[in-house]
Amino acid sequence: MTPLLDIRGYRLAFDGFEGRAEVLDGIDLAVQPGETVGIVGETGCGKSVLARSIARLVEMPPGRVLGGSIAFEGQDVFAMDGRALARLRGHGVAMIFQDPMTYLNPVFSIGSQMVDVIRAHDRAEGRSMRARPAARTRAAELLAAVRLPEPDRLLDRYPHELSGGMRQRVLIAMALSGEPRMLVADEPTTALDVTIQAQVLRLIAELVATRGLTLLLISHDLGVIGALCRRVVVMYAGTVVEDADAGLLFDRPRHPYTRGLLAAVPDLARPDHRVAGIPGHIPNLLAPPGGCRFHPRCPLAIPRCAAEKPGLRDVDGRRVACHRAEEAA
Amino acid sequence: MLRFVLQRVALTGLMLFGLVCITFAVSNVAPSDPAALAAGPDATRDMVETIRREYGLDRPLPEQFVRYVTGLLQGDLGRSIVTTRPVVQDLARYFPATLELVLLSMTFGVLIGVPAGMLSAVLKNRAPDHATRFIAVSLVALPAFWFGILLQLLFSVHLEWLPTSGRLDVATPPPPPVTGMLLLDSALAGQWGTLGGALSHAVLPALVLSFPCLASILRVNRAEMIEVLSSDYIVAARAHGVSRLRIICVHALRNAMLPTLAIIGLRWGWMLGSTVLVETVFDWPGIGLYAVSSAIAGDFKPVMGVTLLIGLNFMIANLVVDLLYGVLDPRLRTAQ
Repeated sequence: MTPLLDIRGYRLAFDGFEGRAEVLDGIDLAVQPGETVGIVGETGCGKSVLARSIARLVEMPPGRVLGGSIAFEGQDVFAMDGRALARLRGHGVAMIFQDPMTYLNPVFSIGSQMVDVIRAHDRAEGRSMRARPAARTRAAELLAAVRLPEPDRLLDRYPHELSGGMRQRVLIAMALSGEPRMLVADEPTTALDVTIQAQVLRLIAELVATRGLTLLLISHDLGVIGALCRRVVVMYAGTVVEDADAGLLFDRPRHPYTRGLLAAVPDLARPDHRVAGIPGHIPNLLAPPGGCRFHPRCPLAIPRCAAEKPGLRDVDGRRVACHRAEEAA
Repeated sequence: MLRFVLQRVALTGLMLFGLVCITFAVSNVAPSDPAALAAGPDATRDMVETIRREYGLDRPLPEQFVRYVTGLLQGDLGRSIVTTRPVVQDLARYFPATLELVLLSMTFGVLIGVPAGMLSAVLKNRAPDHATRFIAVSLVALPAFWFGILLQLLFSVHLEWLPTSGRLDVATPPPPPVTGMLLLDSALAGQWGTLGGALSHAVLPALVLSFPCLASILRVNRAEMIEVLSSDYIVAARAHGVSRLRIICVHALRNAMLPTLAIIGLRWGWMLGSTVLVETVFDWPGIGLYAVSSAIAGDFKPVMGVTLLIGLNFMIANLVVDLLYGVLDPRLRTAQ
């Protein structure tokens, strides 16, 4: 089966004052239609920039693709012309973002923003653009679909008049407006209150189930990933270090970094249990460590780790990038 | 909304009173004797004293101030010693010319400055951006009298496309005065030939006056557009498939216009107060020339009148800007 999303050897750098930072160093990731994939990793590991790359949203410059490819439905994203790109955005891949406070335009009403997006999709798909009242009716339907009360009144409100949870629902409704095949959710609940988090997660799970969406969920929160995703991809400093079924990964992590990450989750059942952190710091991407990027912090590091970059290998029913994956269980 | 407007109007009144106090104080500490001036160079001491009494200049300052303010409230700005007419009449005669010039300049400034700033932001750090920045800095740095003369030489003397100076040719029939602004009056009267003539006279001085204003609108708009274009909601709009043109011209511009609007308001007041150089070069009979010639003569009532008029305009402009802020930004509407 052709994967819906196929990322191969994707390398991305940012050129800045201090030099070139290689933020993504050879990402390999294929997602099949209907999969629910979580990407987990620390802040700065490149997961958001990877998500944005899928819809070609990284500004170039300062960004620069050093190699590899991203294909969506078999089409090379970086070779797309304006028309294909417009179709990809919103219709192929729809995105929701971390902070609903800043991702809505503060000076336009919810209605006019949604109408704009709905009409943009009409144009991208070669239909005649529907009139504003028709687009408005559609916007109200979408707001109802994300369980927002009184959608008609909501359309005339402005972002600052809405709570964080409501705004995130509005953004989800906008994401749905193009009938996307894949939903990319970049830390969708991080900026929300815990109770609202649960509601939004339930909504996403429900939409994924009822609309047959493929989900790519990015989070640093293993709990959120575990709740929504059947497959988990662990990233560290711009590389994929482990890629496995959620159950397998949580039960028997193979990569030393994944094990460190799981050990750092506080256990409420054992309050006396001390959370183990991972010693050391996230590497400086302007001058990343040679070989395996995790080796300076790795408890299992051997000289080979500093010399040779480990590729993803099939070990124990998953893909893992570690020279000592067999021993790490 | 109404409450906001009333609040601002009340505040404007207060500021105006402050301005009245300052102009009155300044005109009284200036080392010049208006009575001696009015009496003329050959007047005897007695004549000067008579005039001093006539004008009430021998009264204590608080009393003079009260009389000045009462006069203002009745629309009396005093009498010009040089023109011997009431200052109000002089202003009614010279102000429309200046207003016309400034309105036209501001139109140039906004219509050229805003799109150029947007273009510069979109093409950030590319050749057109560097070019507009260079031009903008030049426009601010080069003095108006020099630029004015240069343009006169080019367009009036060499190319002979435009008249050198004045508001209208002697041969052209002026429109019936309604507002005193020739462009508006001739359009109202349907005298299109006169309108063309007036426009050809106004275009060069308005352009020269607009340059510094145009440049600062351009710079502010560029900076704001760059800032806005990198914000999260623009990323979201792109992710949702909204076209680039619509993102720039609608989604980003409305946000970027807020600070640009503030600059427009400030520049409006600045322009009214700085027309004198342009008016001199192009022989444009406006309040700049009137104020300067009065000041040189030591004639203070016209200077005070002009100062108050410009101050009032500045305050009105800022009031309008504040109201437009509310129109553009819904967050301010609820905050009020």
